[in-house]
Amino acid sequence: MDFFLSRYRHLTVLLIVITAQLVLIAYQVKTSTDIPLIRVWAVTAVTPVETALEFVRRYTWGFVEDYFVLLGVRSKNEKLLRENGQLKIENNYLKAELSTADRARALSVFQSRAPSKTVAARVIGDGTGANSKVVFVDRGSSSGVESGMAVVTPDGIVGKVVDAYPTSSLVMLITDPTFAAGVVSQKNRVHGTLKGQGHAECLVDYVQNEEQVEVGEWFYTSGDDRIFPKGFPVGQVTAAPNGKTFKEIYVSPSGMQGGVEEVLIVLQAVHQEVPGGEIASPAYSILPAPPDAAAAQTPQGAPQPGALATDADRLRAIYKDVGIAQKHTYGVGPPGTKPPDFTKIPTIHGVLPPGAAGQPLPGAANAAAMAQSAQPPQKAPAAASTKPKPSLPPSSGARDSARAPDTDDEPASVAREGQQEDRPSAPAASKAAPAVVPRPRASSGSPNAGTAGAPAHANPGPAANRPLMNQ
Amino acid sequence: MTEYTERLLTETPRKHAADRFRLVWLVVIPLVAVLSQVYVPRFIPFLSYLELPLLITVHFALSRGGPIGALFYGMFIGLVQDSLSHQPIGMYGIVKTLVGYFAASVSMRFDVQNPVVTFILAFFFYFFHQFFYWVLSRALLGETLAFDAQQTVIFGLLNAAVALPLFRILDKLRVGS
Repeated sequence: MDFFLSRYRHLTVLLIVITAQLVLIAYQVKTSTDIPLIRVWAVTAVTPVETALEFVRRYTWGFVEDYFVLLGVRSKNEKLLRENGQLKIENNYLKAELSTADRARALSVFQSRAPSKTVAARVIGDGTGANSKVVFVDRGSSSGVESGMAVVTPDGIVGKVVDAYPTSSLVMLITDPTFAAGVVSQKNRVHGTLKGQGHAECLVDYVQNEEQVEVGEWFYTSGDDRIFPKGFPVGQVTAAPNGKTFKEIYVSPSGMQGGVEEVLIVLQAVHQEVPGGEIASPAYSILPAPPDAAAAQTPQGAPQPGALATDADRLRAIYKDVGIAQKHTYGVGPPGTKPPDFTKIPTIHGVLPPGAAGQPLPGAANAAAMAQSAQPPQKAPAAASTKPKPSLPPSSGARDSARAPDTDDEPASVAREGQQEDRPSAPAASKAAPAVVPRPRASSGSPNAGTAGAPAHANPGPAANRPLMNQ
Repeated sequence: MTEYTERLLTETPRKHAADRFRLVWLVVIPLVAVLSQVYVPRFIPFLSYLELPLLITVHFALSRGGPIGALFYGMFIGLVQDSLSHQPIGMYGIVKTLVGYFAASVSMRFDVQNPVVTFILAFFFYFFHQFFYWVLSRALLGETLAFDAQQTVIFGLLNAAVALPLFRILDKLRVGS
């Protein structure tokens, strides 16, 4: 044994050491436990040195590294600043382009839907002058722009053209102190004159203190000024206190919210309805027709004598019965055809018409002439029932259409019938002849107070849709 | 047998009794080697292939001469490595014990001052170290590690290349007679 140990001493030590370590590993694997003592010693011996190394590295090599890194920081920073500036500019440009595209699209949609003929223009500069609110637009007389034309946006009116040059025009904004335009309120149809004040808000002048104007109410163009077509939004009322004589109504212009960049110049104006034509306090209300009157309608549509009807309705029924009795069809036959004999008027539903008892019928000759000259049979009664209008030249007609119906010389009844023909959904006031009960109105300043039913402003009728001659 | 081969097999210049490391170096050098293995790759990842503790073990075994001292030195370095790893303590210990023992045994036969012999021994022991560690992992721990011989050969060559200047530096630290 001694010989073996002395002869293979190294190998023996190696085997012992290896075996010991194998046992150590086997123990750790078998029991799944660690040998914390050795690890603690090793880690305790190593980590302080590691910490010191890291400290040294941080303040030596790290410093040198930072120095070399920072060498390029200044130039990189300048480069990034330049890039940032360029990106900001590009971003703002793209935002502006996007906003412009949105406005242009809205403008295009509005232009295509608006009945008025317009031309799009872009504001290219402001006018000089301390108090003047004028801008230049890039459309001039070469584009058909003339002085006095209205300038609008989809949101509302903007101003009017005061000077038209070949390639540009000078537009006076509605905030200019010398600007004025006719406006009407949405609810009560209160008419007034919009005046610029030189600042963001405008004043609606010449509105009586008795008129009802609420804060938040919208004003629309009335078409009275012959510049702005009727029905364009103007703005909302921000304050409406009473003044000495007139109300001091301040309006925030809706067409200039957020600045004016793209506008539409109205080349040919067409009146529109003022939206939301519901009247807050109508002067008259139309009662429903009595049940017996509605039931007393003849199959031909002629009203009973006791029913409420106009003279024209009765005359129309008489002529119709005359035609039936004498087998005459109105509107058929060449000119010069013998008309029915209106002296032989039958008794209609037991009631003799005026002139039936041997007396000449008032206006019978005229009625016969009207019946002869009547157009298609179905339109003849209507033509006979309406008062013939004097034929006007186109220019004067257009000018009349631009004027508000309340300033028209025609009687209110004619205007009302025109409305009813134009609006099928309107109550058949003329057919059923409802009772019109006047109701005392709190404010009687409006000239529309004398008209029955909806005011003429609510529906200007077909004549109002004709082009407005720009001044 | 030529004169050169006789010299390779008989002369053992590192085996002078007076050539001794100072004790402090005996502790500091393996500590630095282990530290460099766990610390340097953090900043220079491609140096992770360096097996400095193994090279230190080989150098000590070749220069120290005694197999027992070399195997204990290898065991010490291996256990320190095991302590800083997540594996059971003793894996690197066994491998480096064997490396130390065989390196010391070889050094008694060869002239380990010769750079070629040093290069070959460094390469051989690196390959032996990696292979034996792989065998132990599979045998003792049941781990299915892949042994990439080609990569091991390349890394062995690189470690052998590093061993040449490293051994020269470590030789300078020895206390001459």
